[in-house]
Formats: sequence, structure tokens, C-alpha cells
Amino acid sequence: MSVDPPVVHGHINGQAFSAAADATLLQVIREAGLQLPTLCHLDGLTPVGACRLCLVAIEGHPKLEPACVTTVADGMAVHTHTPELETYRRMAVELFFAEGNHVCAFCVANGSCELQDVAVEVGMDHSRFPYQYPHRHVDASHPHFSLDHHRCILCTRCVRVCDEIEGAHVWDVGYRGSACAIIAGLDQPWGEVTACTSCGKCVDVCPTGALFRKEDGTAEKAPHPERVAQLAEARHDHRWTNP
Amino acid sequence: MAVSWRCCDATACRAAGAAALRQRLEAEVGAERVKAVGCLRLCGQAPLAAADHPDGSTELLGGVAGERRLDLDHPFFALQRPVVLERCGLVDPSSIDDALAQGAYATLAACRLRPATELVEEVVRSGLRGRGGAGYPTGRKWQLVAAQSGAQKVVVCNADEGDPGAFMDRSVMEGDPHRLLEGMAIAAQAVGAAEAYIYVRAEYPLAIERLRTAIAAATERGVLAGLPIQLRIGAGAYVCGEETALLHSIEGGRGTPRPRPPYPAVSGLWGLPTLINNVETLAAIPAILREGGDWYAAMGTAGSKGTKVFALSGAITHTGLIEVEMGTSLRTIVEAMGGGGSGVVKAVQTGGPSGGCIPAELLDTPVDYASLQELGSIMGSGGMVVIDAAMAMPELARYFMRFCVAESCGKCLPCRAGTVQLEQLLDRFVEKRASRADLAQLEQLCGMVQATSLCGLGQSAPNPVLSTLRFFRAEYEAALAPGVVP
Repeated sequence: MSVDPPVVHGHINGQAFSAAADATLLQVIREAGLQLPTLCHLDGLTPVGACRLCLVAIEGHPKLEPACVTTVADGMAVHTHTPELETYRRMAVELFFAEGNHVCAFCVANGSCELQDVAVEVGMDHSRFPYQYPHRHVDASHPHFSLDHHRCILCTRCVRVCDEIEGAHVWDVGYRGSACAIIAGLDQPWGEVTACTSCGKCVDVCPTGALFRKEDGTAEKAPHPERVAQLAEARHDHRWTNP
Repeated sequence: MAVSWRCCDATACRAAGAAALRQRLEAEVGAERVKAVGCLRLCGQAPLAAADHPDGSTELLGGVAGERRLDLDHPFFALQRPVVLERCGLVDPSSIDDALAQGAYATLAACRLRPATELVEEVVRSGLRGRGGAGYPTGRKWQLVAAQSGAQKVVVCNADEGDPGAFMDRSVMEGDPHRLLEGMAIAAQAVGAAEAYIYVRAEYPLAIERLRTAIAAATERGVLAGLPIQLRIGAGAYVCGEETALLHSIEGGRGTPRPRPPYPAVSGLWGLPTLINNVETLAAIPAILREGGDWYAAMGTAGSKGTKVFALSGAITHTGLIEVEMGTSLRTIVEAMGGGGSGVVKAVQTGGPSGGCIPAELLDTPVDYASLQELGSIMGSGGMVVIDAAMAMPELARYFMRFCVAESCGKCLPCRAGTVQLEQLLDRFVEKRASRADLAQLEQLCGMVQATSLCGLGQSAPNPVLSTLRFFRAEYEAALAPGVVP
């Protein structure tokens, strides 16, 4: 028999909260109806704390903490939108745009892109950092899907969903630093990787237009990031029919 | 009785021709009177050989022909306080018999008769702090791991010394590998671990060879108290010196850091409670347990006990390996021991790409964790590079930033993309085409990368910039493009 974890109490932006002691700050913040941008986080996948957008200030903590991997504690006083955090978040989004080749106007994900949404949320209308225009390529070797590396923000959702939910582990990260890239198999063309089941989960969870269905044209991508959590919950609770 | 020779057979001396010097000496006095030893400290005069005379006197010679007679009474040697290096340069690192004859594993044998809690207590009392860079109290770390329940625990030695200008840990491994193994076996007993790993970088082939020889010999003789010690060789990533990345690498995964908590003490290698200490920290353990924590704590300052090994290099007369009491002033190290700058000393860089520059006017700063941190630098692992007037500070900052760009694992955005932008901003200063706005952006982005990066590599990547901005701001101002009003 499982025992419910104890309840802890604290404050977020001055507003009181109560939560189970094993909840993450991000869960509590979103349950309280507050906005906090994220890109690498996705309900249903192991959090990695890589995009740094969900950093929050916790009173008494010397460093900013990522809400996605920080467990709540009794008496926690959390601030999600200090001027410092807002400055850093905007800079982070600028860095995301500057390090890749993001051209919304003819992107499959225009209008359904989480990077675009986050830019609007933090008020980023242009990047003060020079664009890097990296030389990247497009992998269109798979019969149904394509990976356009120009639009990849290295959130690793595709890596995790393929490993943790589909169990195929087609994707991983190759190289390092600014040369990092999502790789298929042993850095092969995607279409040659026999481990791929063509399930399309990576396309569903991709926050940008990096992974897309070949039939989708500009602004036609319809991502389904919510499906991962549904699958994870269904498996966990052995609940296989739709309500 | 004839003279007998100790020939340095560590990397620097080997590169400078130690083999030729040794052959010549062997031909002269016979091979049985010539012994290969670890670092003899004054690497700048390599290759080095020490002659032990029957009357008890020792002389040190440098050069392939032994042509330079070196003064052992010079402060470079006289002010050293060897604890970690007490046997380095005396013992043959490839001979367990020699190590045993000089007291190796005696402390471990004595520790076997003491309760584990007492061993941890000694380390707590010693005030020893992690020598890898962060300076976390070693005793507290041991207490944390010892307090974990669970039958299986692991000891990991971080030997992924990667800072440019740092060769302390390499010297320990090359010069006295049994000391490290003994320290690890004591640590394992103290925290209740039954297996151990050494994660050593592939760039240290001689250290790897010496460790292999030492582990095999110590295992065969049964002096490790049954502790299996395995070597894991790094694949060239600086970030694998970060503890969680190092653990991922040992597990066979990609060497990238993960957010902490959980700390390795609670959930480390394969989820097991893991004690992870660096080479110098573990190599200090045998002396601490032999002489007692109070003995060690009597050396150093209030917040920084004991001794510290530094790799002294750069624009300085005497370069090499020194071990001094904590709290020794930078002036003593640079001017007395190092014999002063080879040019005009402008600054001392400590802590490598995570550290900063201490300007010449602050040379009276004692070398301890708190004093260096107050000045925007860090103790780091022990690299100490003397900078002379010829070096422009924006260029120095760019050198370290390039290092961080090349070594960023790419997992978190601020380090992956922020360091690239910082390097390009620094280019503008080096090339004297920066604007006022660039200076403001440089400072703001440094703050962002520092505050938001995932691991220590990213969080400290801006330090060389911030520290040179603090003490040498005029150089950045002077690097603004012509026509820009300063």
C-alpha cells in the first residue's frame, strides 16, 4: 500500500501554496495557474534541467534553481519573475534564436512552435546577440519524417521520448558544445536506422519545426506534446481506454 | 660507499631528455646506484637528477649532461612543506618494495584496527577541504557517505585534472601512486565502500601506466585490504572533471553533468552512495591518519588547513611543482620561491578557466580559499600561472573563454551558446573594435552565464573575464574602437 507523502506549505510570489512533499516546483507553479516558460521539460519524460528557462529564485538559496527538477520543501519562498530572472530569460531566448537558423515565416511549426511562444512570453522581439548562421543540414532520409537541424534547440525531448516511452533509443546527442547535434543511430541517416519504429513520437514532442511530417507545409505542423504524458500515465495506471 | 642517484622519471623530465641523463649516470656508477623517481620539483631545469652522497648530503643537477648545479637551499626548495609529496622524488613509483620500505600502507594497516567513525572523525578534525577546486570540507563529505544506508557504496577518485597549467595530480600519480591507493583504501574503510574507481584522463599515459603497475602490485601483495580498484580512462572531455559527468562517463554514458541534488553522496555511481574525491585530497589522507587530524589542522589558516600543491608556471624564473602551507602569500610563492618574474609581474592566474587574475599589487594576499574567492578568483585545483606585462588581459580572457567554448558539453543553453557569444565579444576587444554597448553586453552576459548555467564549468566560465574586468578594466576601455568615447 502506498502512503501519501506529507503536505508542505510555502509561498510563490507571495501567494501561499500547499503541495505533496514529492512535487516539483514546476508542478506547483503551474497548478497555481502561474506562467513559467519551459522548453526541455515535458510532462511524462525525465526532466534534465537543460534549457534553464524555468529557473526561479528561492529565498535562502545562493543560486537560482530549475523548477522542473527542484522538489518543494516546507517554508519555501519562491519568486518566478524577479527583474533578474526576466532579464536572464529574455537573454536565454535570444541565445536560442541566435545559435540556430530560425526563420518563422516559412517554418512548418509557425504558429504552433514553443520557441516562438516563449519568445512572445518573455517579450523577445529581436536578438541583441548576432546570429551565428551555423552550417547545419536536413535529414530527409526517413520515408515519413524529416529532421531539419537548423531548427533544433537540443532540448532532447526526442531522445528521451524514444528511449523512455518508445523504448527504441534511435536518438542521442553527438559532438559537444555549439557543435552538438541530435544523431540517429550511430550518427547515420535516420532512414537507415532499423531500430526506428516510425512511431512519430519524436515528431509529436518536438517543440519547434525541427522534426516534422513530410506532408506538412509552412505553418501546418500539428504537434502533440500532451500525448507523452497520456501514454506515461496510462502505462503507470494500467488504464488503456479513453475516458 | 659511493654516491647514488635519483633520476626524475616524470613527464616533464622525460620530455627534456631524462632517459639520456639516466643512461649516462648508469654507465658511470652502475645501474644499481641509479633509481627512477617521481617529480623533483624544479621542472624548469629538467631533466633533474639528485645525488645522495654517503655523508648524507644531497645535490641536485639539471640538464641532460647534469651541467647545472641547483641550489637546494633556495627558497624554492627550502619553503616547501611536503605532506602529499613527502615521498614523491624519493620513492621509485614502479616499485612496491621501495614504497613499502618507505612506509606505504602502514597507515592503512593501522587504520584497519580502528573503528570507521574514528577515521572519519580524524578527517573532519584535519579541516581538509576538497583539492579539486570547490573546496568542500572532505570530512563532511565522508560523514555524508558514511551515514548512507545500503550495503553497496563506491569510492571514486577524480583524476581528470584538466585545467591548463595544472599538473599537481599528474605528479602525485606519476611520483607516488601507492599513496593514492592507500588513501582510497582508507576512505573506503571509513565510509564502508567495497569497490573503488580511479577516473584518469587519457592525456596522462605515464600516470595510467604507473597506476596500473601499482594497482596490480598492491593487489597481488594483498595490501589494499581487499579493496578492488579499477581504472577508467577518460576520452578527452574537460567536463568529465565535473563529478556527475564523471560518473556518467564511468557508467558508459555521455559525459554530461546533471542537476544536483541528488548529490553523489546519496545517489552516485549506478545510484549507489558514492564518495568522490580528487587525487590530491585522497593523497593527503595517509599522512592525516598517521599523524592525526590535529597535526594537519595546525598547518594553514583558520578556514584553509594543511598544505596545498601548486603547479607554478608562466613568466617566472623557477617553474615547477611546489607544496606549501596554506596561507603562504602569493608574494612568497612568486618572488621568493619562484625567483620573481622573468619579466615585470602583472598578475597571477589561479584556478584555470574557472579562476581569475590577481594583480601584482595584491601579491601579499595569502593563498587560502576565502582570500582568493574575495578577489574573484578561486583556489582551483592548483594551477598558478604568472602573467607578465606583455600579456593583454582581454586576450588572456579570450584564451580561457575559447577553452570553455571548446570544452562545453553543450547540454545547457547558457554555456553552449553564451560562451560562443562571449568569445566573439572578446574578439572585438582583442582586435580593438569594441563599442561601449559591447562592454555592457559582455558584463551582462557574463552575469547571465554565471547565474544560469547547469554545472560548475558554465557557472565559472565568465570568471576570467569578470576578474580581469575588475582589476584591469582600463585595458578593456583602451580596447574600444578608435573614435569611441571612453
